[in-house]
Amino acid sequence: MKAIVTVTGKDTVGIIAGVCTELANLEVNILDINQTVMDGFFVMNMLVDLSTSTKSYDLVRDSLDAKGVQMGLTIRIQREDIFNAMHRI
Amino acid sequence: MLRQNEIMQTLDMIDHQHLDIRTITMGISLRDCCGSDPKVTARKIYDKITRCAEKLVPTGEAIERELGIPIVNKRISVTPISMVAESCDTEDYVPFAVAMDQAAAACGVNLIGGFSALVHKGMTMGDRRLILSIPDALAATGNVCSSVNVATTRAGINMDAVTLMGEIIRQTAEKSPEGEGRACMKLVVFANAVEDNPFMAGAFHGVGEPECEINVGVSGPGVVYHALQSVKGEPFDVVAETIKKTAFRITRMGQLVAQEAARRLGVPYGIVDLSLAPTPAKGDSVARILEEIGVDVCGTHGTTAALAMLNDAVKKGGVMASNHVGGLSGAFIPVSEDEGMIAAAKQGTLTLDKLEAMTCVCSVGLDMIAIPGDTSASTISAIIADEAAIGMVNNKTTAVRVIPAIGRTVGDELEFGGLFGSAPVMPVHDKSAERFVARGGRIPAPLHSLKN
Repeated sequence: MKAIVTVTGKDTVGIIAGVCTELANLEVNILDINQTVMDGFFVMNMLVDLSTSTKSYDLVRDSLDAKGVQMGLTIRIQREDIFNAMHRI
Repeated sequence: MLRQNEIMQTLDMIDHQHLDIRTITMGISLRDCCGSDPKVTARKIYDKITRCAEKLVPTGEAIERELGIPIVNKRISVTPISMVAESCDTEDYVPFAVAMDQAAAACGVNLIGGFSALVHKGMTMGDRRLILSIPDALAATGNVCSSVNVATTRAGINMDAVTLMGEIIRQTAEKSPEGEGRACMKLVVFANAVEDNPFMAGAFHGVGEPECEINVGVSGPGVVYHALQSVKGEPFDVVAETIKKTAFRITRMGQLVAQEAARRLGVPYGIVDLSLAPTPAKGDSVARILEEIGVDVCGTHGTTAALAMLNDAVKKGGVMASNHVGGLSGAFIPVSEDEGMIAAAKQGTLTLDKLEAMTCVCSVGLDMIAIPGDTSASTISAIIADEAAIGMVNNKTTAVRVIPAIGRTVGDELEFGGLFGSAPVMPVHDKSAERFVARGGRIPAPLHSLKN
């Protein structure tokens, strides 16, 4: 299953490292990263592949959620399908 | 890969514009539950519903987590109980409503629809028994919704049923355990009722439907309102186009969720109902869309035209996004459930008469309207007849869900809570329609040609 991870929050040192390490621990493969900083606000979208992971979707979701709380960011994961449904014909 | 602005646009719709899937409704046929012993039939009803819908709520919640979009309600609709119970040796249909209520509670759904009868041309014994049981059934249950179809374009209006329903609505109001006529929130009278409607209180599983299916209702007034911010002052062509594009996006969500839910539950996917269903939350209002289109307050002159355009554009955009569109599909105008409508009704700009005009051009009808507690049964019947006439002549679904606020009068306000919102008691005309209603009989079906 492919999913989009969205990370938003105040820009600080080590956001990408922190999120990528967490994904690596969860055995989730990162396929693409898109990242910008606007007026000190950090926005990152990642396309990830969960088929490499032995962890359940709910565990991945909860772990990212907890990591977000720890780093003072909002991290969420949603299946890619919802975005494709809305923006691709 | 998807562009960043596309991803952020979707997240913004969910986070700030109240985009959600309003309901996943499982339609279940109860035609195999008929029998002569009412106790056995009630048990069969309970067993079949709980068997079919056992995984409905957990499946809905799993989809919600994976897609990251709220699915507000999980609900059930069943075969009109008048048909299921008709062969039972009993006149009291309340135990069947209780069985539905218990099954709904066991499955964890918040509403179950189908305590219904279709009597547009006449009543069978079962239909009459069901209708007479409605006040007690709605008083004895918390989650059961009831609907009665009293007219169709093909059959005309069954005025005997209209007269009876005026009395039933009054009795239901008087017997409301919570007082103030609140049980009437769960009772709707239809013309041209549809068989695959996922929205309550009017959902039932029609006779032409399969054994079990999934129907999905989408929402999104907030998203449309937000989209219109970018076309201020532009001509109507641009406004309609903007609404169409937005409706398309919203409906694609519904289509995805419907297919996913049907696949996981192992039942066919029926339809997506692409309705704009408001909530009392600020920024999720159909009235505010109409005001954004250009009328100062919803209900003033121009409102009907604005609503007609909105309703049509929603359908045109949505119909491209789903392979099966059905249900009611259009803009809903339930007064108590729409923050802008509540405000407009409170200040007196939005009246019952204007709402009636609005129902000529949008989906459904006079919905969630509190009327004075002393409104007579014949006046309620006359309101139903007016709405049914609009539906019959215009070949569309119309409905009446009014709440006679027992002990309350114009100027008071009823607080329903949650998605049902709050309703200011609206005035009705004080001149009687008693003689009109007392005639009974049937209003013949209209011509289907010579339309001018």
